[in-house]
Formats: sequence, C-alpha cells, structure tokens
Amino acid sequence: MSDTTSVPTVQVRPPWWHRLPIIQQLRQSVGLQRGMLVAGLVITGIFVVVAIFAPLLAPYGFNQLRGPDGLFGAQQPPSADHLLGTTVGGYDVLSRVIWGAQTALLVILVAIVLSVFLGIALGLLSGYIGGWFDRITIVIADAIYAFPSLLLAIVAAIVISGGQSSLWGGIFAAAVSITVVFIPQYLRVVRAEVLRVKSEAFVESAKVVGASNARIMFRHVLRNSTRTLPLILTLNSSEAILTLAGLGFLGFGIEPSAAAEWGYDLNKSLSDVTSGIWWTSIFPGLAIVLVVLGVTLIGESLNDLADPRLRARRKPAETPGQAVAAEQPAAREELGEVL
Amino acid sequence: MARTQPAVDIRDLRITFDTDGGTVQAVRGVDLEVQPGEVLAIVGESGSGKTVTARSILRLLPETATVKGAVMVGPENVVTLDQRRLRQLRGTAAAMIFQEPSTALNPVYTVGWQLAEGLRAHGKYTKKQARAHAIEMLRRVGIPEPDRRVDDYPHQFSGGQKQRIVIAMALALDASVLIADEPTTALDVTVQAEILDLLRHLRDEFGTAIVLITHNMGVVADLADRVAVMYQGEIVETAPVRELFAAPAHPYTRKLLAAVPRVELVERVAPPEAATEAVVEASGLEIEYPGRLGRKGFRAVHGVDLRVGAGEVVGLVGESGSGKTTIGRAIAGLTAVTGGSLRVLGTEMRGVKEREFRPKRRELGFVFQDPATSFNPLLTIAQCVAEPLVVHGVASSPADARDRVDELLDAVQLSGGYGDRFPHELSGGQRQRASLARALALDPKLLIADEPTSALDVSVQARVLELFEELQERFGFASLFITHDLAVVDRIAHRVVVLHRGEIAEEGTAAEVLGAPRDPYTQRLLASLPVPDPVEQAERRAAFVALGGSAS
Repeated sequence: MSDTTSVPTVQVRPPWWHRLPIIQQLRQSVGLQRGMLVAGLVITGIFVVVAIFAPLLAPYGFNQLRGPDGLFGAQQPPSADHLLGTTVGGYDVLSRVIWGAQTALLVILVAIVLSVFLGIALGLLSGYIGGWFDRITIVIADAIYAFPSLLLAIVAAIVISGGQSSLWGGIFAAAVSITVVFIPQYLRVVRAEVLRVKSEAFVESAKVVGASNARIMFRHVLRNSTRTLPLILTLNSSEAILTLAGLGFLGFGIEPSAAAEWGYDLNKSLSDVTSGIWWTSIFPGLAIVLVVLGVTLIGESLNDLADPRLRARRKPAETPGQAVAAEQPAAREELGEVL
Repeated sequence: MARTQPAVDIRDLRITFDTDGGTVQAVRGVDLEVQPGEVLAIVGESGSGKTVTARSILRLLPETATVKGAVMVGPENVVTLDQRRLRQLRGTAAAMIFQEPSTALNPVYTVGWQLAEGLRAHGKYTKKQARAHAIEMLRRVGIPEPDRRVDDYPHQFSGGQKQRIVIAMALALDASVLIADEPTTALDVTVQAEILDLLRHLRDEFGTAIVLITHNMGVVADLADRVAVMYQGEIVETAPVRELFAAPAHPYTRKLLAAVPRVELVERVAPPEAATEAVVEASGLEIEYPGRLGRKGFRAVHGVDLRVGAGEVVGLVGESGSGKTTIGRAIAGLTAVTGGSLRVLGTEMRGVKEREFRPKRRELGFVFQDPATSFNPLLTIAQCVAEPLVVHGVASSPADARDRVDELLDAVQLSGGYGDRFPHELSGGQRQRASLARALALDPKLLIADEPTSALDVSVQARVLELFEELQERFGFASLFITHDLAVVDRIAHRVVVLHRGEIAEEGTAAEVLGAPRDPYTQRLLASLPVPDPVEQAERRAAFVALGGSAS
C-alpha cells in the first residue's frame, strides 16, 4: 500500500556499466549457465585479442615464404623455427592461423554491421507500415531463405569480385554474401517484434497524442523491438565464420598472397591428410571450431538467460544479510512473473 | 469449529521465491483450515500471497519456490509428498479452477476428450465409461444438451459455459477440495452470478470444500462462509462472512471494505445542457470490423446516438462485446467509422484523414485500461508525460517540458521524485495516475477513459476514482468513462448510457438508470451485481432469480 503513503523511496541504481548487455547477464547468471557464458567469453576474448595483435604475435607474415636462411620449405614438420610446421605452399602454419583470426574478425564485423542496419531498417518499415511493402519484402526474404545459403554466398562472391580478390575485396565479397543470407533473418525477427510492439497500448497512446509515424517508429517501436538482437548477433557471427571458411574451402575466398584464411588453408591441406601430414589441417580446423564454439556458447547462454523460465537463480543462501532482504514483502512485479 | 477432520489444514506455511532481485518471501507463516462443505474466501490485493497460498494446496508452484510448513489435504502432507503420489492426489483429492476459462481449455480437443483425459489419467475408466461420465459431469454443471455438446470444441461455448466446463473437469474425480482462483473475474456480471450459483449448489449438494480466491468483495459476500484477509504474505484476520462485514477487526480489513464501491445513487449536478455545445455527437453510428476474405464483417456497433456535452461525464456501461470500447476507440480515431455520423470536437470522423484530425488531438486525452502496457518501458515517467507537449510543439524537448510535467505529476499526487523513475518501478495505481497526467497534459476538452480502474485493486481503484473526480471538477473537461462496473459509474458519471450488443439499451441520468431501470437488460445487470454485504446480497439473490437470471 505504498500507494497512499506516497513517500518516494530513492532506489539505488546499479552503476551504468552493470546494465550493459553482456555484463548484466554475466552478473545475473549462476551455475552451468555462468560457466558456459564465461567459457564463451574467454574463447571469444582470446580470438579478438589474437586478431587485433596478429602483427605482433605472428612470427612471420601471412604470405612470407622465406626467412633469413632462405625458403621455409614445403610441408616441414613442427620444429623450433616453425612451431606448427609449414604448409604445402611453404607458408608458416602458426602465422597463417594467427593472421587468419584477423581476416575472420574483419569479415564478422563487416557482415554484421551491413546486415544489422539493413535488416533492422527493413524489418521496422515492413512491420510498421505493413500492406504491400510488407508483402513484397517478405516474399523476397522467403525466396532468399529457400536458397541454400552457401550457394547464394558463392554467387555473391563471384558477382562482387569475379572470383579473384585482394584483402578488402575478399573480405567484402565474403561479408556481402553473408549479409544477403542474414538480412532476411534480422528482417523476420525485427518485424515480428515490431508487430507485437505495434499493438501495445503505449504505441496507441502515442497515436492518440498525435505523434507522427516517424516519431512513433523510432522513439517508441524501434527501441522496444531490439530485445533479441544480441542473441541473433552472436549466433550469426559463428555462422559468418563458417560461411567464410566454406567459401575459402571451395576456392571462392581470399588469395593467400592477400590475407590468411582458414578455409583456404584447409582446402590446400586436403592432399596432406592421406600422406600423414597432420599439422597443416589440424590447426586451421581447430581455430574454426574454437571460435565457432566460443561465439555459440555466448549466444546459447544469452538465450537461456533472456528467458525467465530457463534462467537459473541463486538459491537462498542462509546469511543474515539475505535473511533481512527476504523479510521484505514480495514486490508485485516480481510475483507477477510467477503467478 | 472442529466438527470433523478438516478438508485442508495449512500450518505455518512459508513460501519463498528466488528471483533476480534475491529471495522474496511471498507467504509468511500462514495458518488456515477449511472444513468439508465450507467456502473459505481468501481476499487481499495483488501481491498479498493469496494465490500462492491456495496453489500450495496442490503444490502447483514454480521451481523457484521453496515451501516450508505443512499443508494437509485429508490425511496427507502435500509439502513432503513424492511426485507420483502428488499426481494421484491432484484431481482426486483437490482440484483447481482457473481464472481465464478460455486459456484453461485446449482448443484442439473436444471438451468431452478433455474431461475424459482426467479420468483416464487416474486409470479407473474405460473409454466408454469415461464418455458417459463426461456427459454426466456436463449435465451436472448445467450445460444444456450434454450428450450432443460433449463432442463440441471449446470455442463453440460461451465464456460462462467454458468456466462451467472447467468446473466440471475439476469435479470429474469427486475432488473434495476445489480451489477457485478468481473464477469469475474474466466473466461478465450476469454470467458471474450464474457461476457463483453453481459453486453454491456444489457446496450444498456434494459437500465440496471450496477455497475461493478473489479481490471482489461482492463475490465474497455472495458465496463465502468464512473469510481470511491476507496482507503482505500474512493472514491478518479470519472471520465468518457476516461478522467480517459487520465488524471488521483489523484496520486493513476496514480500509479494504471502505474502498469497495457501491451503488449508492449519488446525484451529481450535471452542467446545464442547453448552454453547452456537444464535444462528441454521434447519430446512427455504425462500426463494422472487416471480415476475412469472403466473409461478412462483424458489426460491433449499430445505430448508436450519443452526445457528450462540454464538461459532462458520461458513463458508458456494458458487458464484454457490447461495443463500448469500440466506440471509445472510434472517438479517438483508432478505429474507423463505417456508417452514420460521429462528430468529435467539430470534426466528422467518418472518412477523416489522420492529417486533418491531428491538430484536434491536443484537445483529446485517452486513459488506457492496462497501466502495465500504456507506457513506453524505456522512457521515464516524466518523458512519457512530456510526450504530448513535445509532439504538439509546446515544448522543444522532454527536459524543456519538465516544469509543466512536474506540475501535472503534482496534480495527480505523484511528486517530483516519481518523474525520474521508469514505468516498471511504479505500482499499477501510480502508473494509472501518471496516465491521467499524460492525458491531461494539454488541458484537453475531452478525456476518454477506457476501463481505467478495472486492472487495479479496490483500494487503489478508490483512490484513482477520487482523483479523477477532483481533476474533473478542477479542469472541467468532458469525459466518456467506459466501464463494466456499475458501482464505478454511479460514482463518476453525470449521465449513464447502457450498451447491449452494439445498441443503446437505456440512457439517462445516473439516478434514473441505476435507481429505476426501465430496460429489462439494465434491470438484470443491476440485479446480478453482487453487493459487498452478505445480508443484503442474500435478498438480492432472490430478486435476481425472480428475474430469470439463474440458469442452473
């Protein structure tokens, strides 16, 4: 009944950085879910650090074929000079793996940035405006869905770069082809949220007030429709890596002289596998698996944490401090989730 | 009191929930007893722990709950039972009736199948026997032609019939305890009277113990034998129903009872009709919702003549589906008018373009039913209230409008500190007051209030109504007050319009319509409204039966 004795109690807000997407969930999580999230964050963190500091970490350049003592030599087993050996083309495997992280990160960033902005804008418009625009967008999105995504990516790669590519040409070819596949996903998700939010009373309230459509869309609808985006974002990042690797493996990736790319290295190591040369294929493969695993772990645990029914909570620890907190009567909103 | 072994015996029950904000004690040391053939009502506002207490009888609690204490159903302690025995107990010893009948039934199975499922789950019946029993149960709860309707799907029944079917499911295995969680809240008053009648009949005929959870004191007065009042997880008072209403002992009970609105026929002086021009004028108003392809549309409103003069409060009453909300939305330009004429603030709404109506919108305020969803959750209350000011160019930004916003929040008794909070940090009543502040931001000539108090607890509702009256007197706006609660209308409105299936059944001053209703529908509506007084309600029930309202 705080309603009648209205003394506004000042609530202590947590510092702003506690409310940032990932940090908030990290603080909220417990048990296995926390383990998954932390593991994912650590793996992804290492990946990002390696990608950023690749020039410092890698012993050689990604397209370096000779050291002070002449050529590296092809298919050399791991040694003190080449910790992970050399490839069939005579490149250093460790350097290629480290530089490959940089390419992967760039592709993820460009692909996500392109598809997020376009996807959200289209989703917002088609969800809010509806009618013919909505129908046409959805039909196109469905048509793209119906295509095998890798095939589509190959077509996009050929169209953009003609199959040959420099570093940025290759990155953009990969990123754009991934974008084409992802835009429908963002479109669908944002559109569904917009349709839900559009019928909420606060949007109708803005209409009654006389707010313009643009104002309703951006001030009231958009910000309330982006709840699930961090989740798709992480899941799509891992898909982006796989698509890039797939393109590289099929030979539509980036030339080895332009940048290091895990999929390309895997392709070139195919023939090595049968002749017992394991180091050329294991390490790029491992890099792909680890990064995808790390990003997926983040995505999956974010998914669990976003759903109150899946979220694990702290069991009541019988400490005096918590006992005091427990004496407080149940707040309405907190019970509302339960009843 | 101890005649026999009680049907339910709760001793020192404590329930805690693990939430994101730490542990929350929802129930703190509750002792309760229900005798066979007794109706125990648990009343209290939302969050008082009444639903959680009742659900603990079946241990229907989420995983995050920790239960301590003892809940004896017959000879067994539910708290310590294993899953298998608990499942056997559910349905046979105690059963539950849910609030919303339309979601408690599975839409893809026939009601007969759903009734039989419960029987088969407890393994006593063959398919044929189960069907026969299902028909018998439907007959017992007063479904006409049960042997034919047993094969119908839930959507083929009305809301009241669905609730009867839910009750039949609960009774199918001869449960000795029935837990009814707000069984009539989602139903119209006339249907509510029938369901209460059915529950009373069950108690008398089969000696079923009923635990009734409700916030409606009228329902309590009508049905309960004994009442337990809960407040913040504790029982503050338990008393036989007549004693409780006649002499409430605990101050909280007194406050709760005082807040319940009653039809008292307060005469409110309406502004002189001739002097005022009409703010809303409808003649032959028709509103039709378009149907699906190849099907006829649904006509929600047909041929309604309605007038709201300046400074006049018109109460629009009706049951669900009567078209009252549709009319309100049409006036606000949210629903298109398809026939007749509707003039709002001098603009003809039939075929109006949003662009033409937009400048008029500053003279129009709207208060929505559900305070939980009517605010943008990402903006502070002050920003939300400033929205109309910014949109109509009175202020350049929410910060610029802050002085006016503080003034408005002051007027609805939410002093400055509340402005910086987010909507979820306010209670329902506070949000509804902020909603009033937003509607009044531009000093409108017309305020449409669509069931503004129906989502609130009675004590909170009383306060919001009080505030509404006060503001109406101060600002002098005209208002269309839409509600299903006759007692609320009686308190607020100068004039009352009763809607029935999209047409006006009766119209007049509050005293005329509520004091001496001429239309049989209005009479039935009034008679089925339970009054919060057990003695008077018993008399009224007889009058209601005389009007042919009872179906069972």
